[in-house]
Amino acid sequence: MTGRLTERILLYVVSVAAALLLSGILVEATGGDWRPVLDALIDGSVLGPGRWGQTLAAAAPMLLVALGTIISGRAGLVNIGQEGQLLIGTAFAVYFGFRIGGPGPINVVVLLVFGAIGGAVWAGIAGVLRFKRGVPEVLSTLLLVTVAAQAVAYGLKNQWLLLADEASRGNRNQVSAQLADDNRLPEFHIFGNDIPFAVFLGAAAAAVLAFALTRTTWGFRLRMLGRNPRAAQRAGVSQDRSGLGAFLLSGAFAGVAGAAMLAGGGFLFGNYRLVPGFSSSIGWTGLLVALVAREKAIAAIPVAIVFGALRTGSGFVGSTGVESRITEVIQGFLVLSLLIPPAVMFVRERRRARALSTART
Amino acid sequence: MTALIDALWEIFTSESTYIGAALAAGLLLFAASGELVAERSGTINISVEGMLVGGAFTAALGFDITGSVVVALVTGALGGMIVAGVQAEMSHRLAADQFVVGLTLNILVVGLAAFLEREIDLETSKAGDLEIPVLVDLPLVGRALFGQPWPFYVLYALVPACWWLLYRTRWGLEVRSSGEDPQSADVSGIDVNRRRREAIYLAGFTSGLGGAYFVFVQIGQFEPTVSGRGFIAIAAVIFGGWTLRGTVAGCILFAGAVSFRLSVQGFGYDINPELLQALPFLVTIFGMAVFARRVRPPRALAQPFIRGLK
Repeated sequence: MTGRLTERILLYVVSVAAALLLSGILVEATGGDWRPVLDALIDGSVLGPGRWGQTLAAAAPMLLVALGTIISGRAGLVNIGQEGQLLIGTAFAVYFGFRIGGPGPINVVVLLVFGAIGGAVWAGIAGVLRFKRGVPEVLSTLLLVTVAAQAVAYGLKNQWLLLADEASRGNRNQVSAQLADDNRLPEFHIFGNDIPFAVFLGAAAAAVLAFALTRTTWGFRLRMLGRNPRAAQRAGVSQDRSGLGAFLLSGAFAGVAGAAMLAGGGFLFGNYRLVPGFSSSIGWTGLLVALVAREKAIAAIPVAIVFGALRTGSGFVGSTGVESRITEVIQGFLVLSLLIPPAVMFVRERRRARALSTART
Repeated sequence: MTALIDALWEIFTSESTYIGAALAAGLLLFAASGELVAERSGTINISVEGMLVGGAFTAALGFDITGSVVVALVTGALGGMIVAGVQAEMSHRLAADQFVVGLTLNILVVGLAAFLEREIDLETSKAGDLEIPVLVDLPLVGRALFGQPWPFYVLYALVPACWWLLYRTRWGLEVRSSGEDPQSADVSGIDVNRRRREAIYLAGFTSGLGGAYFVFVQIGQFEPTVSGRGFIAIAAVIFGGWTLRGTVAGCILFAGAVSFRLSVQGFGYDINPELLQALPFLVTIFGMAVFARRVRPPRALAQPFIRGLK
């Protein structure tokens, strides 16, 4: 077995190295220099003052989105509309948060709850279409992302929905009101870094989810549904109910991620306001995190941190003269390279099994 | 109310609406005709979006180097096939999940194209118009169907070619059986995963051409996004019940929604812009909600084939 373990590690090392090499070649080929880019990435994500706190702050909503994706993925459903669910969740949080407006700490909870409801509603549309009308959820979730973006843009133009009143928005158009100080999630100052509350929320959620997915009946049902829907049906697992539940929950996680970005993201995300482009691809990246983590809740934590680091690092890359969108490319290559080793291992494993069985006969 | 009816009347009787619809339908048809073949082989090929953008980039690059639109179409098709190569080899040679690969490819290709676009300046222009005599004078749709830049007419050969390949050749039969019942196909000697890979390469070819079409017919310059058109093409295939006829109908319907939006703005009517932006997507979702149950998907759609595993 040790042979296979080293083989696996070797495969990972080689393919990640290939991804980084490719990115490096790309930078060189377009007239840049890879070394300063790498330095900028490391400075911007870890070494610079206060930067690793920022990295964690960026990673937290990605992690929350990823955890939701893992839930629906376990049930064999492909939810890829987290970007839209996150936006609608945030919009719900803004709308109800400002209208209910209880005392500070309670209102923070209200924000998160309505974030979850908003995300679940948006995922629910796709879920109902899937289970009642047979529309593939892969597509409906995807198409709903654009609809969500337009709906939020509409809301931000109308004062009866999301737009702030003139006094509090100054000369800016299309922004929501700013959350008051006591309506924000707390931040923790550790070694000169601001760690937002969402980081702890994400880590705790990952731990709970890892337990729930592997050690509870609920988790077992989902896994059964994902692995073999027919067997699950025979065993009394309702595809409509359990599947739809998992789907709603995955949307709720994306919505909570959005609400947490609003109530605790600070300058990283809109500075406590809902603004155009608020989601800044966190939904997409969170989805990638879940895919790379291969549906393991705990594994999603380090992956989210790496992707968060790429994001915060990209802000520093611009100063090297290389287009900062290079980090998107690096991210894409990394994800592809992380997909290859397990696939190769799977194929080799089967080949070995086949060789064994033919050798016996 | 009468104002609305007047507005609709003006939009539906104006030639420019049909020209816009034909242009938009062209891109969808390029993407959807190959996507149909890929889906019949058993793959929901999410990476169409990436294939379109990849094709658009390589087409613009080809034109930038040679100055010829013909070369651009060829390099565009090649670019689409490169993206298809990654999708096909990873999901049907290795056993990586097809959605995961497709999604990653979309993000990677768009990022790559955006990065390279900033680094290199690409000179592009629109392809020349070619009017087909007599037919171009048909009322309403004449100019839309027969007075377009010449790459548009590639469609008149490509769509029937896809039909012929899928329904009238041995290869097409094998592709369809790979999508219906891969185990039986395998037993009768068909290399299922190979047929699926080939079908994806074909989708890459047509989508790559679509990317070139996007640059040289629709907008006249390179942009590193096709803003979800690839996804609408996939929806058109599903809407069309995995038949060519239905797919074409789906493309025309969704393109009509796009063109309607542009016309409304062009004629200066004041309809909520966000609603109009979302309209093609809403029409697509609604269309699928109504029709998805009435049609039967290929039985092994989106299921990987691994010999010995059922």
